[in-house]
Amino acid sequence: MSAISLQDLDISYGTAKVVEGVSFDVAEGESFALVGESGSGKSTVLKAIAGLAPDWTGGISVLGQPRGHRPDRGFARRCQMVFQDPYGSLHPRKTVDTVLSEPLQVHGLGNRDARVEEMLGAVGLDRRFRFRYPHQLSGGQRQRVAIARALMLEPKVMLLDEPTSALDVSVQAEILNLLKRLRAEQGLTYLMVTHNLPVVGFMCDRMAVMNRGRVVEIAPAAALHDGSFSDPYSRALYAASGGTAHD
Amino acid sequence: MSAPLLSVEDLRVSFPTPTGRVEVVKGLSFDLGRERLGIVGESGSGKSMTGRAILRLVRAPGRVAAKRMEFEGTEIQSLPERRMRDLRGARISMIMQDPKFSLNPVMTVGRQIAEALQAHERLGRRATRERVLEMLEAVRINDPERVASMYPHEISGGMGQRVMIAMMLIPRPSLLIADEPTSALDVSVQAQVLDLIDELVRDHGMGLILISHDLNLVSRYCDRIMVMNAGRVVESCAASELHRAQHPYTQGLLAAVPRMHETRPTLPVLDRSQWSGT
Repeated sequence: MSAISLQDLDISYGTAKVVEGVSFDVAEGESFALVGESGSGKSTVLKAIAGLAPDWTGGISVLGQPRGHRPDRGFARRCQMVFQDPYGSLHPRKTVDTVLSEPLQVHGLGNRDARVEEMLGAVGLDRRFRFRYPHQLSGGQRQRVAIARALMLEPKVMLLDEPTSALDVSVQAEILNLLKRLRAEQGLTYLMVTHNLPVVGFMCDRMAVMNRGRVVEIAPAAALHDGSFSDPYSRALYAASGGTAHD
Repeated sequence: MSAPLLSVEDLRVSFPTPTGRVEVVKGLSFDLGRERLGIVGESGSGKSMTGRAILRLVRAPGRVAAKRMEFEGTEIQSLPERRMRDLRGARISMIMQDPKFSLNPVMTVGRQIAEALQAHERLGRRATRERVLEMLEAVRINDPERVASMYPHEISGGMGQRVMIAMMLIPRPSLLIADEPTSALDVSVQAQVLDLIDELVRDHGMGLILISHDLNLVSRYCDRIMVMNAGRVVESCAASELHRAQHPYTQGLLAAVPRMHETRPTLPVLDRSQWSGT
């Protein structure tokens, strides 16, 4: 059974069709990347899976269960999303404790105190951060809180939308290590959107290259080592990033 | 190149906190000719504050002090605010991080660029328009007439940043400060924007201060690099010598970047106890 399966997915915003005919499968425990420029529709695919872009046709199923177009409680327990900007994705007037307890409250789960404490430990935050507000945290700490929030319901599938692009390189390394460790510890499946190919090389097993709303190629991460992409667009993207890779 | 364009000695920027004043820039000195200087560091290292201090844009209660801060031979610190306004934009320009927040959303692109020009030069309407279109062309916008009449929400991020560059360069300044000019942009567009800044800076014989957290990027576009940590310069070297950096902080920053041929199971993380200061 695949963790995420997309069949012939079309997504529109109003009259504009932004994603067309996207199909791929992500195996359980796999880390899969969606790469491409802004406007290529990669984030939109994540949004559609998460239910934030409800105007789609085709098939989306997560862990074998097809997803409908409406908000779905059970779905939230299986699949969660981490957003790009930790400065924008946390409520400015809620403490870390409130942010982390809320999903438990919504789903009527008990033992909240212990769970919050445990999750803070898992993402490498000290207990003293528990009653702070987002403005009292650095960007890296905020992203840790956002990751903790996504993990509170113990989902098996995580949708990561450029989780480190708003962070410094040194902090990016910490967050990438954290994500990698969590995946190993909790057996998570990642679907990650990024435009940074070296990050794909570090985090992912396979990638889909998107351009103008279509998947032009699905390649193994090993293709980053030798540049063995078949599609001209993927090769151009590789070349544009190749200059920034430092080896 | 006898007299440097900008000469800074012992620059200090401080902010009050409940536990007393905290210095975020602690005694920075450098000379800049008509060259490209990169300032690298993490968030909070004081790199952006350095850029702002040069333009005297640090607001109270922040405080700037320096033994000397001369631009083209003039001490900037003692200039009255009115003279300073003539300097800003006209002689020293700054490109900000995110075009989305730095452009006026209710003004067309063309009018904004024209405004930047009119603030410093008296020109007729036709001459202004010509300069605007010429500048838009210089930043490689294909259809300047059409773009000039568009609003910021109608253009892409990369184009927005090019419009910003046009706006900053149209009064023909001699020093350009670019504070993370491309961090809000895509990789493919990043290179284009930086190449463009690079080309314009070379053509006009300007000085450039490029502020960024990305070591590799800075090393490609600058002649000289200063690495800052906690308000101090920890290392200063020629860009070509970067891979031979000595300081553990610089080495740590370099190692933390994922590589295209990544085989390391975990990325090395900065061990902040290794050097003094923080």
